[in-house]
Amino acid sequence: MRYHAPQTFEEAAQLAAQAPGVTRFLAGGTDVLVQLRAAMVRPDDLIDIKKIPGTAEISRTADEGWRIGVAVAGAQLGAHAGLKADWPGVVEGMELVGSTQVQGRATLTGNLCNGSPAADSVPGLVAAGAVAEITGPTGKRTVAVEDIPTGPGRTSLTKGEVISALLLPPRGAHGGDAYLRFIPRTEMDIAVVGCAVSLTVEGATITAARVVLGAVAPTVRLVPDAAKAIIGTALDDAALAALTKAAEAACSPIDDKRGTIAFRTEVAGVLARRAARIAYDRARGGKQ
Amino acid sequence: MPKDELKAEFRLVGTRPNRPDGLDKVTGRARYGADATLPGMLWGAVVRSPHAHAKIVKIDASKALALDGVKAVVTRADLPTGLTGEDWNLQENTLAGEKALYDGHAVAAVAATSRLLAEEAARLVEVTYEVLPHVIDVDDAIRPDAPVIREGAADASVPPGMPPNVVRYLDFGRGDIDAGFAAADLVREQTYKTEATHQGYIEPHACVGQLGADGKGEMWVCTQGQWYIRKMCSAVLGLEAAQLRVTPSEIGGGFGGKTTIFMEPLSLALSRKAGGRPVKIVMSRSEVLRATGPTASASMDVKIGMKKDGTITAGRAEFRMQGGAFPGSPVAEGLYCAFAPYAIPALQHIGYDVLANRPKCAAYRAPGSPMGAFAVESLIDEMCRELGLDPMAVRLKNAVREGDTASYGATFGSIGLIETLEATAAHPNLAVPLGPNQGRGIASGFWFNHAGETSVTLAIGEDGTATVSVGTPDIGGSRASIALMTAETLGIRYEDVRVNIVETGALGVNEPTHGSRATFASGKAAVIAAEAAIREMCNRAAAEWGIEPEAVEWVQGAAQPAGPNAGKFPPMSIAEIASKMGGTGGPISGHHESVPDGFGASFGAHVVDVEVDPETGRTTVLRYLVVQDAGRAIHPAYVEGQYQGGAAQGIGWALNEEYIYGKDGRLQNTVFLDYRIPVASDLPPIDTVIVEVPNPGHPYGVRGVGETGITPPLPAIANAIHAATGVRLRHLPMTPPKILAAMKTKG
Repeated sequence: MRYHAPQTFEEAAQLAAQAPGVTRFLAGGTDVLVQLRAAMVRPDDLIDIKKIPGTAEISRTADEGWRIGVAVAGAQLGAHAGLKADWPGVVEGMELVGSTQVQGRATLTGNLCNGSPAADSVPGLVAAGAVAEITGPTGKRTVAVEDIPTGPGRTSLTKGEVISALLLPPRGAHGGDAYLRFIPRTEMDIAVVGCAVSLTVEGATITAARVVLGAVAPTVRLVPDAAKAIIGTALDDAALAALTKAAEAACSPIDDKRGTIAFRTEVAGVLARRAARIAYDRARGGKQ
Repeated sequence: MPKDELKAEFRLVGTRPNRPDGLDKVTGRARYGADATLPGMLWGAVVRSPHAHAKIVKIDASKALALDGVKAVVTRADLPTGLTGEDWNLQENTLAGEKALYDGHAVAAVAATSRLLAEEAARLVEVTYEVLPHVIDVDDAIRPDAPVIREGAADASVPPGMPPNVVRYLDFGRGDIDAGFAAADLVREQTYKTEATHQGYIEPHACVGQLGADGKGEMWVCTQGQWYIRKMCSAVLGLEAAQLRVTPSEIGGGFGGKTTIFMEPLSLALSRKAGGRPVKIVMSRSEVLRATGPTASASMDVKIGMKKDGTITAGRAEFRMQGGAFPGSPVAEGLYCAFAPYAIPALQHIGYDVLANRPKCAAYRAPGSPMGAFAVESLIDEMCRELGLDPMAVRLKNAVREGDTASYGATFGSIGLIETLEATAAHPNLAVPLGPNQGRGIASGFWFNHAGETSVTLAIGEDGTATVSVGTPDIGGSRASIALMTAETLGIRYEDVRVNIVETGALGVNEPTHGSRATFASGKAAVIAAEAAIREMCNRAAAEWGIEPEAVEWVQGAAQPAGPNAGKFPPMSIAEIASKMGGTGGPISGHHESVPDGFGASFGAHVVDVEVDPETGRTTVLRYLVVQDAGRAIHPAYVEGQYQGGAAQGIGWALNEEYIYGKDGRLQNTVFLDYRIPVASDLPPIDTVIVEVPNPGHPYGVRGVGETGITPPLPAIANAIHAATGVRLRHLPMTPPKILAAMKTKG
């Protein structure tokens, strides 16, 4: 195994493009190193991108959005008051990943690139409308986060491509987001179902919304019908019932050791209702 | 010793000093299994079957052996033949012979100069399998047409015509069972199931073994019992016990799972083949879950007859348990314990020990008892609700007392079930009002406890301090308890006693720390050994004073004349006697070895409050109370720790833990992410009440306390969930999907 520590993303992309065998990018390492130890992957080239200058930083973009470096750890997000005020749902999703020790290392980008349909930070990113900046051998491009995962353990990144930052849009006024997951325990577990909701309001009425489900399909799933169910409403009982129905309809989960199809489908509806209520309260400046 | 002769006032017993091993453990100095390292050491890795049941056609290790640095490969062909009974079972489990019997079964092992290389070499060992039909669930395994795991494994208890995987059959009881049910106002029968769970100790198995061509060997190992390691490795490898010296490390949890062997003989066999170089093997968590010894899974029919006033007139239990591909599920213990808290005139117990394609079960905290309690305590709760009776009052009404014949045939000596139930009923937790979706459950539990072969030596140091050598590894604070009892007896400071867990060459045979025996048996032996040392110190003082030894008594750590007629001499302290012992007859020590009699049973009662999310079926444990008879708590903090630990493991078993198999017979949840033991934030503070009904069989009244606590949580939580939701879960674990489905069915 060859270990590389490039100083630029362009260099990282070139290394990956030219690597002949199995390649893995290393940021926090909380997936890659575990997979290495479990002999699930034996990379020929391990490209450490966290030494690239600026990758551990959270910064404001020109449009009042946020740029999050690929080596920013979960604990940094949790400690960032500005980001948390704008996108509490994104931050709370990331903070659910692993233990306190893991939080010191694990990154949003890593969680996204691991390609798990149950990744806790991804639904929040998708609901927020986050975009990934990708550096490849031929230059940079941006892709909506929902278009990165293509199936369990797989992404749309091509050989030589590496995510060089995540970009969150400006929150704007009267917006709120939330992420909830279901696990049978209280922590240190993997989502059986996850749901993120981001919405904006005018007065009591929801004017825009994005509803995203995790762990109920091969990829994290953006559910436009669920958003439609609540847009134009004040999140009344009828809207919540329609939201539940749309969320359930969007599920195509599996039966496995973590949950059944019936359970996941039903709980997706429950979490959609609960996350929508929290996001709605946050958007209206109410209780967190 | 009669109860009224037991002292009740103590200088040290009942206090809570820091544990002697505490500083080492919190600073990382304590040496655990994987910390052993020797010059020239090799690393071992194990080749494991990916199939639940498969004929081993061929093992080709040529590619592994071709790697530079690979020093040895061991297969079953390297082990002696002709073993029988449990020795054969242990050998077959150590390395598969003709067939791999479960996913994870060891098939070969390799030793190499580094861990990575050993793992690489293990991957290069090519095993050709012929996959056979497998069976996992106990109710499937007992079917007459189930895949046969091993012909001829049944013992003499199994009547002809039984299904082929039944290897032991039990049938015992008392009274007229039909008349008993006829006398009842309500008779109910239900079927309950529990799934296999793992002890979940934090420290994976680890050892370093060294064995020369001369048959002399050494082993450093994480174990609950160094003599068991010696005996079992000797049997599996055909060694002489005295030639194998086994030193236990500190132990990061065992709960019964480290009372047997897994990869230990492999390290010795590899070492012998590698020219005597020591070989270290450290299991991964996946290996621990796949290939060590979880507990059994159980399927149980229970029938109970109850009068309107709550009197239980008859009980019948028919239990089926699989303990893996070998005989040895704890079905007998499960049956013995099931009705143990109750005085019931008519009882019938039927048991089947069944083979299945799973790892060979090992002991797990009160083996069998939690399953039996889940079935019986759940049904009693169901019947109390049906009859409108208070479940606590019904338990008190039927509770066993001293002198009663136990359900399993023994006569109870001094026991504290009534006192335990009364203390439970009086606890403030029972008065806490419950909110919506909340429910309270209670249940009782029982464990026999155990004494076992015990050998202890106490030596007085030159300065009057004392060293106690015991053979029972400290898994729950036993060093602190033994030091307290020894210091109390000698009349010296707690800090002046050092308790060492010693290797197999240093004492006679000791059974492991199992059966909640260490503080009882090693403690009792240490007290008797201290009394022998005291007698000798009195002799030395008597000789110096020129009086009869009988005229000397031991008071507050010193010899003194027993009364004015004995002579007038100032007390001679232990330090003074010790400082000149070289000139007064030589070293002073005490020794005791026996199978101590008088171990006392321990009963417990638990009360749990839960809240169930009606939309997701998720259970939150709000409040938890453990009340248990300790006889006497030598070090109350470690007694409480045992109570809380038992409850925590029982909560996990009840709610989320289980061995999950795929259709292919492979274990699906081989890491802690998916084998869901409770995390700290899952549990509320666990309240404890230590009831003390002293055990007359121990000089300080000790009963074992380690195991009873895992028994009541399973039914207590099922009873609480029923109270919260109105649904009765009869198949553990009570996961959110199961509870939600049950609530929806109920409507």
